[in-house]
Formats: sequence, C-alpha cells, structure tokens
Amino acid sequence: MLKVEEIDVYYGSIKALKGVSLNVNEGEIVTLIGANGAGKSTLLKTLSGLLKPKKGKIEYHNKSIAGKQAQTIVKAGISHVPEGRRVFANMTVEENLELGAYLRKDTKRIRVDFEKVFELFPRLFERKKQLSGTLSGGEQQMLAMGRALMAKPKLLLLDEPSMGLAPLLVKTIFNIIEEINRDGTTILLVEQNAHMALSIATRAYVIETGSVITSGTAEKLQASEEIRQAYLGGM
Amino acid sequence: MLKKVNTFWFSIVLAFVFYGIIQLLISTAMLNPFYTNTLIFICINIILAVSLHLVIGITGQFSIGHAGFLALGAYISAIMTMKLGMPFSVALIAGGIVAALAGLVVGVPSLRLRGDYLAIATLGFAEIIRIIFLNIDYVGGAAGMQVTHATTWTTSFLCLILTIVVIANFTNSRHGRACISIRENEIAADAMGINTTYYKVAAFVIGSFFAGIAGGLYAHNFYIIQPVNFGFLKSFDILIFVVLGGLGSLSGAVVSAILLTIVSTFLQGLPETRMIIYSLVLVMVMLYRPQGLMGTREITDYFGKWGRVKGGNQYGG
Repeated sequence: MLKVEEIDVYYGSIKALKGVSLNVNEGEIVTLIGANGAGKSTLLKTLSGLLKPKKGKIEYHNKSIAGKQAQTIVKAGISHVPEGRRVFANMTVEENLELGAYLRKDTKRIRVDFEKVFELFPRLFERKKQLSGTLSGGEQQMLAMGRALMAKPKLLLLDEPSMGLAPLLVKTIFNIIEEINRDGTTILLVEQNAHMALSIATRAYVIETGSVITSGTAEKLQASEEIRQAYLGGM
Repeated sequence: MLKKVNTFWFSIVLAFVFYGIIQLLISTAMLNPFYTNTLIFICINIILAVSLHLVIGITGQFSIGHAGFLALGAYISAIMTMKLGMPFSVALIAGGIVAALAGLVVGVPSLRLRGDYLAIATLGFAEIIRIIFLNIDYVGGAAGMQVTHATTWTTSFLCLILTIVVIANFTNSRHGRACISIRENEIAADAMGINTTYYKVAAFVIGSFFAGIAGGLYAHNFYIIQPVNFGFLKSFDILIFVVLGGLGSLSGAVVSAILLTIVSTFLQGLPETRMIIYSLVLVMVMLYRPQGLMGTREITDYFGKWGRVKGGNQYGG
C-alpha cells in the first residue's frame, strides 16, 4: 500500500532522515519506535506532505506522492494525526470534526461518518457542543483521531497518541486504535511507548538518529534482547 | 436555517432604517456638518477595522501594514477622479481593486512568514507605498494632492454595509471555517488537507480590497491627502481597533472602531492631553479586558438568535 524508499529529509541544512525505507501493507498496524529526536515524527510529516523529501521515493498504491501537497495526499486517503493533538481550540468538538471532512463533498456519507466517530468515541458525543480547548488531554487525543477519521482515510498516520496521557487512558486509546484497524483502516503508528505499540502492532521498525536500524514482526522485536534493553526498560 | 436568513434580512432592514433616520437628520440640517463628518469617519474606520479583522482576527495573520492598502486606495481613487475625470463610484472600485492586487503581490511571498516576521514584512510594505507616493510629483509629493469632496453619508454607509455583509458571509462559509482553522492551528489545518497558503492569501486580498475602498472614501472626505497621513501610526490605529474589540470578533471590531473614533474626535478639544487620555483608555481596556471588549464573541451571541457569526452551517455544506 505504502512504499518508502531511501528518503532523505532535511531541516535547513540538518539531515533528519538518512535513507529511510519502509513499507506498509493493507490492513496492517505498523509501528515506528525510537527515542526522542530519532526522526519518527519527521517521517510522518514527510508522508503527509508537511515536509518534502530531498531524495528518495514514496509510493502510495503504486503512485508517487513524494513532495506532493498535503491536500492532494489527504484526498488520496492518507490522514495524519499530528503530534501533540493540535485540536482547533476555539472551535467546538463538532466543528473540529466537520473540518476533518473538509475535502469531502458527499454530505450524506459525512453524516454517517459523524455517527461512526461518535460511536467510536462516545465521550465526544457527550461534549459535541463544547469548545475543544476545554477538553482533557485524552479527549483531545480522541478528537484529533476522530477528526482524522472524518476524512475517511485508508491509511491513518498516528503520531504519539499516548503522549501525556494516564496509563488507563493509554489503554483505551490503544483499544480504539485496534478497533479502527479492524474496521479496515491501515495504521502507521509512531510511539515512544514501545511496549504498548508492539502489543498491538503487526510489524515494527526501529529508528535511531534518522535511520532504520532494525525491523520485523512485533513478536520478534518484543523478544529481541537488544530492543528490550534499549526500549522496553531492560526487563 | 430559515430563521437565520430572516435574522439576516432583519439586520439589513434595521441598518437601512438607521441610515434613513440619519439621512433625514442630515437633509433637514438638524445634524451639523461636524457630526456628519464624524459619522462618515466612523464608517471609514469600521471598514478598516473589519477588513483587518478578517486578516488578523479570523485568519490569524499578524499584518500591520494596513495603512499601505489604505494609501493605495486613497491615491488611486484620487487619481481617477482628479486626473482622469472618472466618476466617484468607478474611482472607489478601482482603488479597491488596485489595493487587492497589491495584497496579492505582497501576500504570496510574505504569507509564508509567520508571526513577527510577517508583521515586519507588512510594515515594510506600507512604508514602501508611502515613500513611493512621497516621491511621485504627479500626485503632489510631500505637499499632497487636492481631492474634491465626494464622500457622503450615503456612499460611506453603503460601503460599510457591503463590507460587513461580505466579510460576515465569508467568515460563515466553508472558506471562513478554513481560515479560522489556520488561526487555531496551521499545522493541523494543513494536515486536514486545507490549502493554507491559498486561504491566507485570499483573506489578505479581500481585506486589502476593502481597505482600498476605505481609502477612496477617506481621500474624498478630506479635500487633501498627504503621504504623512498613511504612516505606520495609521496602521497601528487600525490594529488597535481590532485588538481592542477582541481578536476574532467582528462586532468587537465595529464597536471599538466607533468608540475610539468618538473618543479621539471629542478629545480634539483638548489637544495637549488628547494622546495621553487616548493611550490611557487603551491601557485600561487592556488591563481589565485583555481579551478585548468582546473577546471572540459576537453581539448576536448575546441575543442568542443569530448563533455564532463565526460558526458556519452544519457539516460544512
């Protein structure tokens, strides 16, 4: 579904990604794990068109999307839930969700998707008239995810959904991610909470200082001594 | 939905009743020219405030070069009527269009800048415009340009209503929602697939157009225009209307433009202390209402009828 080959991404003159390659197959949950500053978020931003790669190929359903504008990529079916949630604080929950469907014209189907999102996140339904800036962190995360789902993506890019959330809430969020995946949305998940991420993922890539250092099935990485030492707290 | 439309027409009718009363007072000479002139000046200031409100309050782009567009509108319309002998209405529209084109030319490169950088770029643009007019003998250079008096209560009120209707409807539309999302969070707006550059430029161009219209009214109200009238202090005056009214509130911009114009007009009787009192008013408001007079609310919120002007209809359709 998504194929990334040897991409280089720069911030000014600083090279943030060095020859990163990965691929995501339809129906999978693929996770990228790595420390702060490894380049995980940079990779997601490049995939969604917020950054442009200097070199390399990005193919989505065999069509190149490298360097395309964000709106073209959203239209093609890739939605990005940016790091730190970034809800539109002075808008209500409902208005935030409406903006998620901004590029869609099929009003009737949008209504159906509203119901779906509210089914997935009942909390959002309770608070649909509330300004989203007044929601709790967990609710904002749900809103950011719901908003991205309103674009009806085939591939959902999730950047650190567990950031700053209480452990119980992290669990809820991850259950919802699995549910979204079961409904047929492929997921590329960036996480620092490697333990949680590997527990729901099909496959994983480990990124360190801008390069992929290892990859494999989630079970294989969970079992690997090296990964346990570095990312799972060395148990 | 029907209710919404009705309220809209109700407001329009109300506005024209108000217009009629004032016009009657003017034609029966019950309102002396000083008050008439103040009313016209209030209209011009509201147009400026509302047009900048679209750029700063709605789209969140901190532009402080609005006097540049005002100057362009003023000079272009004055050239049209004085040098080319065109009718006033044509001159007004020409002023608006040239200002809008300038907005496009300035907006495309500079709206990629953010925050303080954009502010500096727009400030620089306004100064460039002023200095260009200062150095063109065709328009009188520093001595300024004589302009006939053509602005009446009717023309300025019509322009005012047009400005408010266009900008309020733009804000309420799907496009307005996109602009607000840019103000709220540009990265998220981008990630939603909103063409942020396009909307920033669009808001800027619409704002510049109405500033240009205001310039035409301004030029034909004062008998003379000089580059010195369009310095950066003028830009700040307009900025103050928007900030004082509450960033994001159209009615706030209107209310504060009315209030501050009245305050500064009546303080003209005390030339020594005028600026001190004016500044004190600003300091007091900012201390006690840092969110501005109206915050992000609209007057209609208090009546609970029109709903939230910045809202837009359901499901973005």
